[in-house]
Amino acid sequence: MAERNIVLVDYGMGNLRSVQKALEKTGFPASISADPQQLSEATHVILPGVGAFRDAIEKITQTGLHEALKDHWAKDKPFLGICLGLQLLFEWSHEGGKFPGLGFFKGEVVHFTPQAEMKIPHMGWNDLQVTKNIPLLDGCPSGSSVYFVHSYFAVPEDPALVAAWCDYGGPFAAVVGDNRRMATQFHPEKSQRTGLEMLQRFAQIPW
Amino acid sequence: MLKARIIPCLDVHEGRVVKGVNFLNLKDAGDPVKIARRYEEQGADELIFLDISASQQGRAIMIEIVSKVSEQIFMPFTVGGGISSLEDATRLIQAGAEKVSINSSAVKNPDLVNQISERFGKCATVVNIDPKRVKNRHGVVWEVHINGGRVPTGKEAVAWACEVESRGAGEIVLTSMDADGTKNGYDVEMTRAVAERVGVPVVASGGAGCPEHLYEILTVGKASAALAASIFHYDEFGIQTTKKYLAAKGVPIRL
Repeated sequence: MAERNIVLVDYGMGNLRSVQKALEKTGFPASISADPQQLSEATHVILPGVGAFRDAIEKITQTGLHEALKDHWAKDKPFLGICLGLQLLFEWSHEGGKFPGLGFFKGEVVHFTPQAEMKIPHMGWNDLQVTKNIPLLDGCPSGSSVYFVHSYFAVPEDPALVAAWCDYGGPFAAVVGDNRRMATQFHPEKSQRTGLEMLQRFAQIPW
Repeated sequence: MLKARIIPCLDVHEGRVVKGVNFLNLKDAGDPVKIARRYEEQGADELIFLDISASQQGRAIMIEIVSKVSEQIFMPFTVGGGISSLEDATRLIQAGAEKVSINSSAVKNPDLVNQISERFGKCATVVNIDPKRVKNRHGVVWEVHINGGRVPTGKEAVAWACEVESRGAGEIVLTSMDADGTKNGYDVEMTRAVAERVGVPVVASGGAGCPEHLYEILTVGKASAALAASIFHYDEFGIQTTKKYLAAKGVPIRL
């Protein structure tokens, strides 16, 4: 078996160093790369993201990264999307129009519906309601708080895709996926110990 | 349930954390990275760094601090102070700031709010508003001040908050110039007036002297988060003590 090789996908939007440093802190060095070739050699891929959906998907497509991501995904190798990196995995997003995503998961990304006294963006610490036993969430019981900052969220076609829910004016998907390919709407790298432990467990998934 | 956030604020001058009263008489309170780490251990929900250096050198030091903090502290943080262009904001975000906040430059060049928001998203765009109670012929108004509270702008706080929201701000930090440094409590009336009018979270700032003040601003004042500096810097009330107090009173808090 090849040596563990964690790659953070850099498509030119925002800082990936905090994710990299968080992994390093838990004992797992990771590299940051925008090169599809390097991505194809990865054992674990992390797709982070900040900014607008449309800009992100454009950059991923233009740079040829989408093919490398698709390939990694098709081989069922460990994959973690974070925040916008979760949303990009779905078929469509309604952020600023209607734009196609990577389509690895069936479903779409929608805006929170404003309700009285409900602030948008959903910003701050909120609890997880864990419904699926996946390695990422081992030792993370329901009620654990993690850090969210987003105005859009994913609605999977099959609710069984959701591994943990969060509540903000109604339930929404906080973690989706299975034992090997998963994504979080919150930021594990900003969620102090709870988040660092998740990144560590992701890095430990066999490849 | 979304938790109310408790946010220590670190005013940074030429690379050191300082604290003054009404933006004057600065006292040294320590090394920013060390203090940030201590707050992380104590369970702060988020941090705000405000660069109050006036020099180019101070700004350069701030970039280094931001980069160190983002590599060592695994919690969200905002950086503000001295950001007057999209390039300034970009440098700080690239150094690892989660969110950037602008204040005087938003008043001087409101389009900067749109630019930052379009580039980095609403979630990364914060506007600081510093109102002061001023008497005019209509009675008392909350007039927005800039340049550390020295320059009146003629803008009314609630209207200005609504404008920056429409321009793409995803959060507003509202600092009462009257209450700041007094430890007599936040300006509850003003905070509530702004929080009721905007759809984005409002962080209340200025005047925290004890945990009761935080309780008041997070409930009656309708703030999403409470910022405090001196009560945490000098360990008058620990973050945990404050959070336990709030939780016991029924405020949703992360313990």
